[in-house]
Amino acid sequence: MIYREAGDFKTSYAADSQTFPIRLDRLGYYVILLVAFLVVPFVVNDYWANSVLLPFLIYSIAAIGLNILVGYCGQVSLGTGGFMAVGAYAVYKLMTAFPDVSIFFHVIIAGGITACVGVLFGLPSLRIKGFYLAVATLAAQFFLVWLFNRVPWFYNYSASGQITAHERTVFGIPVTGPETSAWAAYLFCLVFLVASAIIARNLTRGMVGRKWMAIRDMDIAAEIIGVDPLRAKLSAFAVSSFFIGISGALFFAVYLGAVEVGEAFGINKSFLVLFMIIIGGLGSIFGSFAGAAFLVLLPVFLKNVLVGTLGWPTDTAAHLELVIVGGLIIIFLIAEPHGLAQLWRLAKEKLRLWPFPY
Amino acid sequence: MKLKLTTLALGAIMAAAPAMAELVFPSLSYRTGPYAANGIPFADGYADYFTLLNERDGGIGGEPIRMIECETGYNTEKGVECYEATKGEGSLVYQPLSTGITYQLIPKVTSDGIPMHSMGYGRTSAKNGEVFRYIFNYPANYWDGASHAIKHILDINDGDISGQKIALVYHNSAYGKEPIRTLEDLAEKHGYELMLLPVDHPGQEQKSQWLQIRRERPDNVIMWGWGVMNQVAIQEAVNIRYPMEDFIGIWWSGSENDVKPAGDGADGYKALTFHNFGTDYPLFEDLQEYVIDAGKAAGAGDQVGTVLYNRGLYAAMLAAEAAKTAQEIHDTAAITPEMMRDGMEALEITEEKMADLGLPNFGPEFKVSCENHGGNGFGAVAQWDASAGDWTMITDYFQSDQEVLAPLIEADSMAYAEEAGIEPGCD
Repeated sequence: MIYREAGDFKTSYAADSQTFPIRLDRLGYYVILLVAFLVVPFVVNDYWANSVLLPFLIYSIAAIGLNILVGYCGQVSLGTGGFMAVGAYAVYKLMTAFPDVSIFFHVIIAGGITACVGVLFGLPSLRIKGFYLAVATLAAQFFLVWLFNRVPWFYNYSASGQITAHERTVFGIPVTGPETSAWAAYLFCLVFLVASAIIARNLTRGMVGRKWMAIRDMDIAAEIIGVDPLRAKLSAFAVSSFFIGISGALFFAVYLGAVEVGEAFGINKSFLVLFMIIIGGLGSIFGSFAGAAFLVLLPVFLKNVLVGTLGWPTDTAAHLELVIVGGLIIIFLIAEPHGLAQLWRLAKEKLRLWPFPY
Repeated sequence: MKLKLTTLALGAIMAAAPAMAELVFPSLSYRTGPYAANGIPFADGYADYFTLLNERDGGIGGEPIRMIECETGYNTEKGVECYEATKGEGSLVYQPLSTGITYQLIPKVTSDGIPMHSMGYGRTSAKNGEVFRYIFNYPANYWDGASHAIKHILDINDGDISGQKIALVYHNSAYGKEPIRTLEDLAEKHGYELMLLPVDHPGQEQKSQWLQIRRERPDNVIMWGWGVMNQVAIQEAVNIRYPMEDFIGIWWSGSENDVKPAGDGADGYKALTFHNFGTDYPLFEDLQEYVIDAGKAAGAGDQVGTVLYNRGLYAAMLAAEAAKTAQEIHDTAAITPEMMRDGMEALEITEEKMADLGLPNFGPEFKVSCENHGGNGFGAVAQWDASAGDWTMITDYFQSDQEVLAPLIEADSMAYAEEAGIEPGCD
């Protein structure tokens, strides 16, 4: 009744193929952006920024990156943790080598370096696919973690093998290091997330994205109609790794501040991001957000309810948290194998007909 | 859901915020995950001591104690979440029992002005209080431990170990890498050859490391392990029939959980320690009366008297003593984190004090000062007796090789000060 497109006329191709063709969606999108940029920074506190918002924003970027590779181009990857580590160590080396350059550029360059590494490890995808490719990217995961643990140059020969982010600023405002205020770290990550999402959305509905999807749906057919698999697959690896590298850089520099490669970027991280996009919805930008929100917010929410409100012992709560999250994942995937994004899509379809469905 | 979360979080903050008449001690524990077997006894000991103080003395200096427990699972991300969730409640001192989380929190607590005590773990160079104003690691640190192990080996070999081979089996993380630099410097001084064998998290897979030990037969093996890695290492050592007397673990590799799975084979295994074992102290009678019999013991209540339980108890005791010192200095019962820091910096543990607390001969004597946040570096060696099922100290407390350690600590802390832009000094 309220949510409908009747009367919303499009008079140009651009208007017809915009991201949010329905006016209400578009309004909602602008309202969310406004709130995120103009309201949240004023009300956010340390707990909300560091425990909820920063991980959500950063994992969303990682999920968008992986979704491009797995969801759009159909190349299964288990190397996300390793690629995030590349981003983190790249930004660390850049931060310490060029302390006067704005951290903003360091993060982007770190993404670029990760893209190069991603292309390198994407080369096997030209010959193998499916489970075999997953195993090849798994090798990347283990190799990269081993490399950063093994070669002291990467952690500047520190005794503990940890890398630590010291204070770096953007326009004179610290965004890394202990003196960072919650709003600065939040806005810094938000800018990267919004930019990543817009770039990813526009790539995936343009020619590049269509080539990726053609490769995903049937690579031989795609080749016959003139898609070059070499360029399509490698560009997917490059773009995907670029975003994942940015998320790794932010994860280390802004969110954690000190990182140990095996613990922060282990195989668990690869699985976590993969689960995010599977639960959120493969081949959907919104799905990346939904999946990241589900797996980041739900455990924190459950912990606050079980320990904070109900006062249960922490160990029982921690165990139960795993049970509940695991159970919900199964329920969601049985109810809708295409993820939260598909649920959202169906809900919108129903809403458009409400209250007179046929 | 987001709205609900907001209201809930707001509710939690509102409910917890202004109750100022309490001493808040957060306990970042881990009762789940691959390190739970070691995390549980420590957390129980830590909690039970505070419960005892509340039940018997009504808190510290008349102020009741409130302990907030937060589960980290030995995971740094959850550690950060726990820190952010508890720091607003007036937390006096953090003890995360994880070197990784300690590293994470060092800049944060320094900026927030809350002291952190990493007892026998964390960043060794935090001993230099002029750089690390809010970080304490008394009574002993990893480099002390490395030196203790080497001193003990020297003792056994009549002071000459040149040409011998010593292997370090370590958890491949910040924690395990800590002693390497010290052991290398000591190798130069004493002329032994150091062999490094990293084990990746969580440490269930150590076949290749022990195969190498079997092939190269080092004269001694030193271990820096935690959690399941300890049990596996000791079992593997038994499997290759490595002589247990030559196998020395750091204090985190010397609890009952680590040796019991290997059965009789583990007999004679050595581990370092900076406190004593068992329940044969007057304090434990009070504990029995006020906490255990009253049904107020933390967790399942089955850990009392184990090595890590005693260590958790000792950590809580040192925190309580520091709080007392702070109350005396500032002449107020309701202390703030800043005051707590002053108390920790002025802490002095004497045998008399320990006997008064009901823990005679339990830990070494030491004194903290602004220049020295790490105590005097005393430790001892304990040995496992598999048939009796207990640990016994086989040496007195002895001091680590300060001659080697002091310059190392100076160099590392100054490097940190320069990186982080800290002006060293005591005000």
